[in-house]
Amino acid sequence: MGRKKKCALQVIMEDVGMEIDGQVESDSESEEAEEGGKATRKQHSKEAIKSSGHERKKQNKNEEEVELEVEAPRQKRTTKKKSHKMNDSDGESEAGEAASGKKKRNKKASSKDQKEAENKEKQTKKKGKEQDKKQKKNPAESSSSSSASNSSDEESLSEEELTRLKEQVEEKKKLISTMRNKPWRMVKKLALLREAQAFVEKFEGALGKGKGKKFYAYKMLMAKKWMKFKRDFDNFKTQCIPWEMKIKEVESHFGSSVASYFIFLRWMYGVNMVLFGLIFGLVIIPEILMGIPYGSIPRKTVPRAEQATAMDFSVLWDFEGYIKYSALFYGYYNNQRTIGWLKYRLPMAYFMVGVSVFGYSLMVVIRSMARNANENTGDGDDNNFTFSWKMFTSWDYLIGNPETADNKFASITTSFKESIVDEQESNKDENIHLRRFLRVLANVLIICCLCGSGYLIYFVVKRSQTFSKMQNIGWYERNEVEIVMSLLGMFCPPLFETIASLEEYHPRIGLKWQLGRIFALFLGNLYTFLLALMDDVNGKLTEEVVIKNITHWTLLSYYNSSATNDSAVTPPPIDPADVPRGPCWETTVGIEFVRLTVSDILVTYVTILVGDFIRACFVRFVNYCWCWDLEAGFPSYAEFDISGNVLGLIFNQGMIWMGSFYAPGLVGINVLRLLTSMYFQCWAVMSSNVPHERVFKASKSNNFYMGLLLLILFLSLLPVAYTIMSLPPSFDCGPFSGKKRMYDVIQETIKQDFPLFIAKIFSYVANPGLIIPAVLLMVLAIYYLNAVAEAYQHANTELKKKMQMQRDEEKNKRNNKATTSSAMQDLDNLLVPGAMSASQPKSTEENKSDSTRRNSPAGKEGSTARNSNLTSSGRAEMLAPPPCVAITRPPRNSLRASHHRQSKPGAYQLGPYPGMGRGQPH
Amino acid sequence: MGNKQTIFTPEQLFYRYRDLAPQLVPLSYIDKPDVKLPYELIGSMAELKDNPFRQRIAEVFSEDGEGNMTLDDFLDMFSVLSEMAPRDLKAYYAFKIYDFNNDDYICKSDLEKTVNKLTRNELTPEEVCLVCDKVIDEADQDNDGRLSVEDFQHMIARAPDFLSTFHIRI
Repeated sequence: MGRKKKCALQVIMEDVGMEIDGQVESDSESEEAEEGGKATRKQHSKEAIKSSGHERKKQNKNEEEVELEVEAPRQKRTTKKKSHKMNDSDGESEAGEAASGKKKRNKKASSKDQKEAENKEKQTKKKGKEQDKKQKKNPAESSSSSSASNSSDEESLSEEELTRLKEQVEEKKKLISTMRNKPWRMVKKLALLREAQAFVEKFEGALGKGKGKKFYAYKMLMAKKWMKFKRDFDNFKTQCIPWEMKIKEVESHFGSSVASYFIFLRWMYGVNMVLFGLIFGLVIIPEILMGIPYGSIPRKTVPRAEQATAMDFSVLWDFEGYIKYSALFYGYYNNQRTIGWLKYRLPMAYFMVGVSVFGYSLMVVIRSMARNANENTGDGDDNNFTFSWKMFTSWDYLIGNPETADNKFASITTSFKESIVDEQESNKDENIHLRRFLRVLANVLIICCLCGSGYLIYFVVKRSQTFSKMQNIGWYERNEVEIVMSLLGMFCPPLFETIASLEEYHPRIGLKWQLGRIFALFLGNLYTFLLALMDDVNGKLTEEVVIKNITHWTLLSYYNSSATNDSAVTPPPIDPADVPRGPCWETTVGIEFVRLTVSDILVTYVTILVGDFIRACFVRFVNYCWCWDLEAGFPSYAEFDISGNVLGLIFNQGMIWMGSFYAPGLVGINVLRLLTSMYFQCWAVMSSNVPHERVFKASKSNNFYMGLLLLILFLSLLPVAYTIMSLPPSFDCGPFSGKKRMYDVIQETIKQDFPLFIAKIFSYVANPGLIIPAVLLMVLAIYYLNAVAEAYQHANTELKKKMQMQRDEEKNKRNNKATTSSAMQDLDNLLVPGAMSASQPKSTEENKSDSTRRNSPAGKEGSTARNSNLTSSGRAEMLAPPPCVAITRPPRNSLRASHHRQSKPGAYQLGPYPGMGRGQPH
Repeated sequence: MGNKQTIFTPEQLFYRYRDLAPQLVPLSYIDKPDVKLPYELIGSMAELKDNPFRQRIAEVFSEDGEGNMTLDDFLDMFSVLSEMAPRDLKAYYAFKIYDFNNDDYICKSDLEKTVNKLTRNELTPEEVCLVCDKVIDEADQDNDGRLSVEDFQHMIARAPDFLSTFHIRI
C-alpha cells in the first residue's frame, strides 16, 4: 500500500512537472499570440490540449487543482480507484505549489532586472517554476527507487495520447529550430530553449526517436561546413578575377564610368591573351623549334649590306636589322609544306591562325555583346528602390579594416552622387523647344567640323602624293599629313566637348555622343594611314617584279658560271646574305604596324606622365607659392579622360588585328602594353586625377564600347581580307611565297592531303551558285529573328509600363482614399457641429486610457514585427491630436493627406456618426 | 549552451567577450555574475570599430539602450548578425538600428543621420535632402511621410544584397 502510494505520488509529481512544462508552453504561446506569432499550428494544438482538459474535468469532478489540470495528458489514465489517494497527494502538491509561489515571489523580489515589463516578468515566473519543478522532481525521483513503474506507465500510453505527445514533441522541436527567428532577448531564448530541449529529450525516448537528435546535429554540422566551404569558394573565385581589387578601388573613388574603362581594358587583355596563345602556340613556337634555323636561307638572313649595323640599337628600335629577320615578322617563315619530324604544316597553320584570330575576335565580341544585352534586360525593372537600397544595404558590416572602410565610404558617396545626377537629370523641367533647337544646332556644327576635317585630310593626302613625286622637299612637306592629323586629334575633341555642352545631355549619353564623334574623326586618321600603306604596297609590288628577274638571273648566272668553270666539283652554295632580295611588302606592312603601336604606347605613357602626373605635382607643390589658387583655378588637376582612353584602346586593338597577320609578334607587344597600362593607369588615376565634377553611373553594359570595337574589327578585317584574296604574296619571303594567292594554301592542302571527294565537295561549296542562296537564307533568318526580338521587346516594355501603372494606381488609390476620407470627415463634422462638444471629453478620456495602456512598460520589448505594429498603431492613436483639431481643419489637397490620415484614429473615436465609417481607409 | 544560433561557437564568442575586458569578466558564468561592458569597449572591437553605425548597434542590442552590454546582449548581437539568422529577424533589427530616435518609425531626421554617417558628411545638405525624399518616396507605402517596420521590411525583402552585407563574421 505504501509503495503504491509512493507510486501515485510520483505519478502526480511527474504530472506536476509536466504540467508546468505545459503551463510554460502555453505561456509562451499566449505571448506569441500577443506578439503575433504566426504559428497557427501551435494554437491549434493548444486548443486540442485545452479540450482534453475539459474532458477530464467532466470525468473527475472532485479534482480541485484547476490550474494544474490544464494540460496533463497522462493524468487521464488515473483511474477512479486512485482518486482518493490522489486527493491526498494533491494536497501535498498544492502545498508544494504554494511554496513554489512563495519562492517565485522571492525570486521576483530579488531579481534586479525588472525594467522589462510583462514578458520579462513572465520569464522570471517561468524560471521560478522551472526551478521548482527541478527541485521537486529530484527528490521525487530519488525517493522512488523504482523507475520501472515510470517506464511501465509510459508503456501503457494509449494511441491517442501517443499522438498528442508526438505533436507536443514536434512542436517543441519546431520551437527549437525556429528559435533563432524570434527577436527575443537571449535570456528568454536560452530559458525556452533549455526547457524545450529537456522536454524533447525526455519524451523522445518514449517515442523511440532518440537518434533523430544526433542526426539533426550532424545535419547542422554539415550545413555549416557546406556554407563555410561555399563562402571560401566564393572568396577564392573573386580573388581569381585579376585586378578586381584595383578596379574596385578606382570605382569607389571615381565612379563606375571610369571603372568601366578599366573593366574594358581587362576584357581586352583577356581577348589578347587568347590571341597571343593562338599565335605563339601554333605559329611562332613551332617555327622556332622545328623550322630551319637562322642563316640557312636568304629570307632568314640579314643581307650583307645591312649586317654591319644590324645590331645597333637605333636600327633595332626601328625594327630593322635582326628583328626584321626574326620569327616576329611574316618574311621569316619558309614556304616548306611541312616542317620537323611532326610534319607540321606551317603555311597552312599560319593561314588558319590568321583567319581564326578574326573568327575568335568576332565571336567573342558578339557573344559578350549578347550577354550584356541579356543582363541589361534581365534586371532592368527593379529600379524602384534605388535610393532605399543604397541607404540601407550598401554598408557592408563585414568591413573591419580602416582602409577598406575609407574606400567604402568613398564608394557609397560616389554611388549616391551618381544616383543624384540621374535623379536630377530625370527631374529637370526644361524648355523642350529650346533644347531641341540647341541639339540640332550642335549636331550641325559638329557635322561641319567633321566634314571640314575630312576634307582637310583628303586635301593633305592628295598634296602629299604630289609631294612624294617631287625631289628635294622640305621637312614640313614630308611630314605634313602627320602634323595635320595630330593637330586635328589635339583640337577637335575639346571643340566637340564644348559644342556638346550646348546639348545638355545626361553625362552618360553625352559620353556616348562624344565617343561616336571622336570615332568618326579618327576614322579619317585610319583612312590616311591605310591609304599611305596601300600606296607603299603597290610601289613594292612593282619593284618586286623587277627584282624577281634580277634574282633569277643572278642565281642562274652564278650557277652557270660555276658550272662552266669547274664542272667536276659541285659549286659552293651562294651565301644566303648575298642573294638579292625582293622588298617583301608583307614584312614592311608588319613593321609599319609594330612601329605605330610602339609609338602609340610611348605617346600614351608620356602624355599620362606629363599631362597628369607632372601637372598634378606642379599644382600640388607650386600652389604654396603662387599668386592664385592652382588647385581650384586654372590648371587644377586633370580629370580622367574616358572617351579618349577608350578610343585609344579601341583603335590600338584595330591596329593589332590588322597587323597580326603580317607581324605575328605584334600580339605579344600588345599583351605587354595592356598589362603595363593596367598598372600604370591605375596608379596615375589614383595618384594624379580628380573625379569628374558630375560623377555619373556607367551604363550597365559596356555595349557601346563593344559596338565601336565591332566596327573597328570589321574595318580592320577589310584590308587584311583584301590583301589575302587579291594581292600576290612576295616571291621570296613568307610562308606563301611561290603561290599566286595566299589562300591557295588551302586548296593545295585539300588537293594533296584529303581524299578526292572532299575536294569535290569543297569545290561545290565554293560555288557562287551555292553561296548566294546561303547568304540569302542567312539574311532572311536574321530578318525573322530580328522581328521576333523586336516583338518580344515591345511586349516587354508594354508589361513594364503596365506594372508601373499598377503601382502608381495603387499608390494613388491610397492617396485618394486618405484625401477623400479626410474630406468626408470634414464634411460630416460641418453637418453635425453640435455633437462634437458632447463626444469630445469621452474621446480624450479614451485617449488617456490609451496612453496609460501604452505607458505600461510592455511596449518597448514587445518584439516581433506584428507586435510593434500593434503598439505603433496604439501610439498613433495616442499621438493623434484631439478631435477638435481634426474637425476644424478645412479640407486640403493630397499633399496634406498623410497628416489627415494620421489624425483619423482620433477622429474615429467620435463614434456615433454613421458617416465616419465610410471614411475609413481600411 | 546547446543553442545553434550562431555560426561561431558560443565558446568562441564568450572568449571574444572576455578578451574585451579580462579584468571585468569572470571565466565562469555558473553563478551568473552581473557584468556589463561599457560601450567604449564594445565599440572598439575590430568587427565594429569601422562601422559607422556601431553606436546604434550597441544601443539596440544592449538592454539598457546605452550600449553597455552583458554577455547575453553580446550573444544576441552576434546571433542576429550571424550568417544563419533569417532575413526577417535581420530586417527587424536593421530597422531598429536605423531608427535613431527610437520612435518605431524611420523619419526624415533618421534618414538624414544615416546618409551623413554613410557618406561622412560629403554630400551637400540639398543632396542629402533629395536622397531622403527619394527614399521616403520609394519605400513609404502608406504615404505617412515616414517608414514603418512594414515599409522597411517590404523594401528590404526585395533588396538583393541585404543578407550578404548585414552580417558579421568573427
